[in-house]
Amino acid sequence: MGIRERLSGNEAVAYAIKQINPDVMPAFPITPSTEIPQYVAGYIANGEIDTEFIPVESEHSSMSATLGASAAGARALTATSSCGMALMWEELYVAASNRLPVVLALVNRALSGPININCDHSDSMGARDSGWIQIYAENNQEAYDNFLQAYRIAEHKDVRLPVMICQDGFITSHAVENIELIEDDKVKAFVGEYNPENYLLNAEQPMAVGPYATSPYYMETKKGQREAMINAKDVILEVGREFGAMSGRSYGFYEGYQLEDADYVMVIIGSAAGTAKDAVDILRDAGKKVGILKVRVFRPFPAKELALALQNAKAIAIMDRAESFSGEGGPLGTELTTALFHAKSTAKVVNYFYGLGGRDFRVENAEAVFEEIASKDNIEPYQYIGLRQ
Amino acid sequence: MATDISKIHEKSPWQDITPGNQIYGAGTSKDFMTGEWRTQTPVLDAEKCTQCLLCTPVCPDSCIPVKDMKREDFDLEHCKGCGICAKACPFGAISMREGQ
Repeated sequence: MGIRERLSGNEAVAYAIKQINPDVMPAFPITPSTEIPQYVAGYIANGEIDTEFIPVESEHSSMSATLGASAAGARALTATSSCGMALMWEELYVAASNRLPVVLALVNRALSGPININCDHSDSMGARDSGWIQIYAENNQEAYDNFLQAYRIAEHKDVRLPVMICQDGFITSHAVENIELIEDDKVKAFVGEYNPENYLLNAEQPMAVGPYATSPYYMETKKGQREAMINAKDVILEVGREFGAMSGRSYGFYEGYQLEDADYVMVIIGSAAGTAKDAVDILRDAGKKVGILKVRVFRPFPAKELALALQNAKAIAIMDRAESFSGEGGPLGTELTTALFHAKSTAKVVNYFYGLGGRDFRVENAEAVFEEIASKDNIEPYQYIGLRQ
Repeated sequence: MATDISKIHEKSPWQDITPGNQIYGAGTSKDFMTGEWRTQTPVLDAEKCTQCLLCTPVCPDSCIPVKDMKREDFDLEHCKGCGICAKACPFGAISMREGQ
């Protein structure tokens, strides 16, 4: 039995970092992720952990220093949000192409502009093609649990890719919830020590990191990244099962809520899934066959698994918390629709945009979505929830 | 384990490219045949060459070996064909020929 506590999402992730005691954490503050390095710096100042904290002058530097530390052989991480992530854009791709198993604690916040500090997924969704593994949390417990699994996935020899652990800004990061923490010794045994085979500080074997790749090499390098991303699928499932055996909380690519016999399904990422579950409870009490598919892992995208889980759905509402301005759909909408097409699904699909820039998403909003996809035949396939018009 | 750099070339399948393009081991550049990048090839006219050796230090890839104070022929396994040597030669003893 774990330790019962009440923590905010930022406290929960900082506590996970404390339990892992990584080697190096460079960080630069940005709302709403600032508390994570702040709490970690406190643990270091109090002598509770011996992580090397590097105060840097920007997020471009925080991710650069994280990558340098990782290449040197350290277990490294940083934290950021929104425009902070935008400033690390170059290094995000470098982390993945150099196959450095770093972890980013991302607290999702809308990208400017217009400037806004509240939650949406435009920061991480914009980076969906950077080559990072992306895992999303519904609540504080999941943010903590996902973080404890991150290095096991990133450092696996068949993967060696950076991992982003995402939680919703303010909604998850600042709201205090009940949480069950795992004992330090169990965490240490689960996460293990990092012993890279090759690293820059190994005097026995010098190495080169990040050499120039001319056009005859670049494409083969990308194929290598793609294979690692595909390999990550088995590793994510295995680590999720092992975590379940330790904690009683197992994890896969997604969570189904009243999904199995549902005719009308909402596919959603992050904290709003909790809100939507309340709507499902209300509608189930009224005899409606509705359910939720909450996507936990967006990269690698579990296309076949999601399509299989949705094979009995008559209508699907795909919920995006980020605009992609394609004029046709959002990141989750377009990718899941592609997956459904390849699976020869005939389900009705509607792509809804909600919660941009922190706009409230309420139980009644979720109920209205279910009502609409269950009752109408000709629905505008690409629309906003709560838009004044 | 050190990377066998001779296996990494423009015909290598993706499986032979090391993860992250990382190269393990030192002094591997001599085994990496950059000569295959060349689209122009330097040609030495030995009669015009005065052995002034101005070409040797300007070569970015150290492809003009010197022995007993005399330059030898080009190391075409590594010469990328940049043509700097031909520009540096005051006697017009180096010309650039199209192709490998």
